[in-house]
Amino acid sequence: MSSPATPPAPVGEPGFRINALTGAVATPARSLSAPLSAEINAALSASPRGEVAIDVNIPLLEKNDILAERNRGYFLGRGLAALNLVSSPGAGKTTLLERTLDEFGRRTKCAVLVGDLETDNDGRRLSRPHAPVAQITTGTVCHLDAGMIARAAQSINLEGVRILFIENVGNLVCPASFDLGEQVRVVLLSTTEGEDKPLKYPPIFKSAHLVLLTKVDVADVLGFKRDVAVENIRRIAPQARLIQLSARTGEGIPEWYEFLQTLVVKS
Amino acid sequence: MHEVGIMESALDAVRHQAVKHGADRVTRIVLRIGVLSGVDEEALRFAFEALAPHGVAAGAALEIETVAARAHCPHCGTDFGVERGFIFQCPQCHEYSGDIRAGRELGIARLEFSTP
Repeated sequence: MSSPATPPAPVGEPGFRINALTGAVATPARSLSAPLSAEINAALSASPRGEVAIDVNIPLLEKNDILAERNRGYFLGRGLAALNLVSSPGAGKTTLLERTLDEFGRRTKCAVLVGDLETDNDGRRLSRPHAPVAQITTGTVCHLDAGMIARAAQSINLEGVRILFIENVGNLVCPASFDLGEQVRVVLLSTTEGEDKPLKYPPIFKSAHLVLLTKVDVADVLGFKRDVAVENIRRIAPQARLIQLSARTGEGIPEWYEFLQTLVVKS
Repeated sequence: MHEVGIMESALDAVRHQAVKHGADRVTRIVLRIGVLSGVDEEALRFAFEALAPHGVAAGAALEIETVAARAHCPHCGTDFGVERGFIFQCPQCHEYSGDIRAGRELGIARLEFSTP
């Protein structure tokens, strides 16, 4: 029944195995001449109790990835750059965006989609007559996904908007796995956290295009060693650009606006 | 705990494949998970145990293949594997690399069904 050259397949007399990628049938050895589904159906009807094994490559987040690509195309088509801002809770995403909307946002039209589990506090904080804002409340979900972004983007008027900020749920773990269709992923690390945060939460930092070291004005008071943090970021995320800033004192803010400006020119 | 959502979408895909192949029962699911995917294996198993009993994958064995990270050195062009940790330093020239060539996998690699 089986040849010694083929790997042993733990199947009974009527069973068979098909490798869907190569088309190889393990026992008995034969090749697929007809389309795979027809082969399988024919084989199934011939066996009273069959076992089928298929090698596949199905992304677990296929649905999210498809929606993310759709978002990306939609944003590109509108000529706007989308930034996905990720950090722990309290790293200063909203404070930075408030200042950015008040200064940069007066010259270049910006919009914000902001996610939290509950409340529209951030949406209200960011609300400006010149910048459309939509609050996404996720309930118990620990991250934003591409579907939420697609729906929220439809709810605001993106006419003339060049920069779309997406403020993710405060979480350094889960958002790493979810592409939202953004052009740039920004990870914030504040000086009120440890210098070793990048070493503790590597996946999110590995996926960053830009890392912002925030609240640098209080670094000395806190005994936060900036050089250690910078070195940790460089080791974990050498691909990422790094800007050190303080939304309160304005240190590093011009560099952040310059970065945003390059996205506007590009899009 | 985004692993529950990820497992839900995995079981959706498994159900779809089972219908497509005329199977009434899934006996084995093999997932391929990269170390950089941001998904925790234990949490994924926990989600599977919670969700699987209610569908076509009830009683199926869950196997998880872990994919190690590989990186490419932008400085000297060396491709290198990363045994452990998340700091990718080129073994040749000791530059750090952010050019990841493997380790982000998050998918179903193999399915085994039994058919009536």
